[in-house]
Amino acid sequence: MSVTGFFTDSTLCIGCKACEVACKEWNQIPDDGFLWSGLSYDNTIELSASTWRHVQFLERSLPVAGARRRESAAWEFHSDVCKHCENAGCLEACPTGSIVRTEFGGVYIQPDVCNGCGYCVVSCPFGVPDRNPSDGRVFKCTFCYDRQRGGLEPACAKACPTGSIAFGPLETLHDRALRRLEELGEQGIRDASIYDASEGSVGGIHAFSLVRGDPRAYNLPPAPEIPTVHLKTAWRSAAAGALFLLAACAAAFAGTRR
Amino acid sequence: MRIRRADERSERRLEELREQAWRAGRVEAPGVRPSGAPFPKATAETGYYGLPLLKPPTWTWEVPLYFFAGGAAGAASVIAANSRRRDPALSRDARFLSAVGAAVSPLLLVSDLGRPARFLNMLRVFKPQSPMSVGAWTLVFFSSASTAAALADLAEERGVAPRLARVLGPPAGFAAAASGLVMATYTGVLVGATAIPVWSESAPLLPVHFAASGLATAGSLLELAGNRSRALNRLGLAAAAVETGIGAALEASRRPALEPAKKGWSGRVVRAGGLLSGPLPLALRLLFPRSKRARRFAAASSVIGSLLTRAGWVAAGKASAKNSR
Repeated sequence: MSVTGFFTDSTLCIGCKACEVACKEWNQIPDDGFLWSGLSYDNTIELSASTWRHVQFLERSLPVAGARRRESAAWEFHSDVCKHCENAGCLEACPTGSIVRTEFGGVYIQPDVCNGCGYCVVSCPFGVPDRNPSDGRVFKCTFCYDRQRGGLEPACAKACPTGSIAFGPLETLHDRALRRLEELGEQGIRDASIYDASEGSVGGIHAFSLVRGDPRAYNLPPAPEIPTVHLKTAWRSAAAGALFLLAACAAAFAGTRR
Repeated sequence: MRIRRADERSERRLEELREQAWRAGRVEAPGVRPSGAPFPKATAETGYYGLPLLKPPTWTWEVPLYFFAGGAAGAASVIAANSRRRDPALSRDARFLSAVGAAVSPLLLVSDLGRPARFLNMLRVFKPQSPMSVGAWTLVFFSSASTAAALADLAEERGVAPRLARVLGPPAGFAAAASGLVMATYTGVLVGATAIPVWSESAPLLPVHFAASGLATAGSLLELAGNRSRALNRLGLAAAAVETGIGAALEASRRPALEPAKKGWSGRVVRAGGLLSGPLPLALRLLFPRSKRARRFAAASSVIGSLLTRAGWVAAGKASAKNSR
């Protein structure tokens, strides 16, 4: 099986939220309340146990030719999703072995194994896995593992009307993203970049994006790290703590008489 | 509705408008300011509308209490093993304390799970790279060993199968002490190796911190239970000294990620815990080495301080996730 991926091209997104709806319908995810956030057209707010695709709406101020003031002239849309990291913090942290790597390279939570310990929630540098309070278990995008098993593309990619969500073999998607970046450059769009977290310990993500402007404005962390990088320091400190316990006890009782 | 009364200012403004319209042919108004303005923005500095990037820990009140109980139980088993020859009465008490902690700990841990009935799924696999997995196995091993050690003492005392108790007691006590060392320290690794900034930045500090805190709790509880051993006073001194040093290091650090451990509600709890488990018992034990009352005060202060420390650090993690951009 080849490793599959998502390439989300935000410059093609029209903010229709068909991916959100498709994801909810196919995966039968409950609603997350019908709230008006007041944050542009985004009433979903974040990826959560009940939202596995989330369309972000950014109102950017751009200088407009001829206008006297900087106007809120650009509207960016970006469909956010679980990144399916090459080195996944949630997968390493999961104590039950519920979170596994599928044959398609995706990161999948087995709902029949998860006991809701919540350790993956604090181990994801992107803030994706979320515990459903009424169910007790943790949920996130499954990369439509069921559909992929059946040779189908994920629901969100299938429902996307503009090709903003591209699904396919990961290598071909990388080439496609680079070509798209070049194409945009030729059109004079120079503030676009590919966000794939390939530089740090995460080692790249299988659901990567092309966004305009600073990725931080999309809550995409500039230097995400897999928490296992802290293990060495922490266990070394634990060894020091254990040594202190032993030494203190040995010293304290050495002087006492029987 | 507010009734607007004409005054000097309002009339001057109206005249200004007429003046402007007369001169320019149009007027410039400041515009309407909607309630709630200015609205959050999605920028590099504020992140996505100032919404947190990370999810806060789902852990409820059971978890800091578990850190407290498990840490104290682990340290108690180490005290029990070290005092076996020199002070058998103290060792028996320490084994009992350790067994009580070992009985309470799994209950707390299980009830915090989203699906408590599935606790045993923790024992499907062993993953050394997951501190939670290491901790679950350690807890199972430690609970069994320390309960066995305490039961062996009890059996010997009551004369029930004394020979078996004498054979099983020492290895059980040794196993409890060995796993107790992990019990007292691994929780620091558990929170240190996460994506939560205030925790991961404190990864070099927390395991030692929790070890000292656990030792202080175990020793202090034994003192409060009536043990007069001078060794316990020395343990209290050592733990309080380490806690003071860690508190000082935390205060001296200027890293912005550590702010939730110093500022706000969580910071206040961490600080209060630090004072009660560091400088206060240290001063009491140093200044009044002969006073029984000072020792009791120091012991009580250490126990409360340790509890606050655990609660404060878990709260700091939640605050840290909320502030993440």
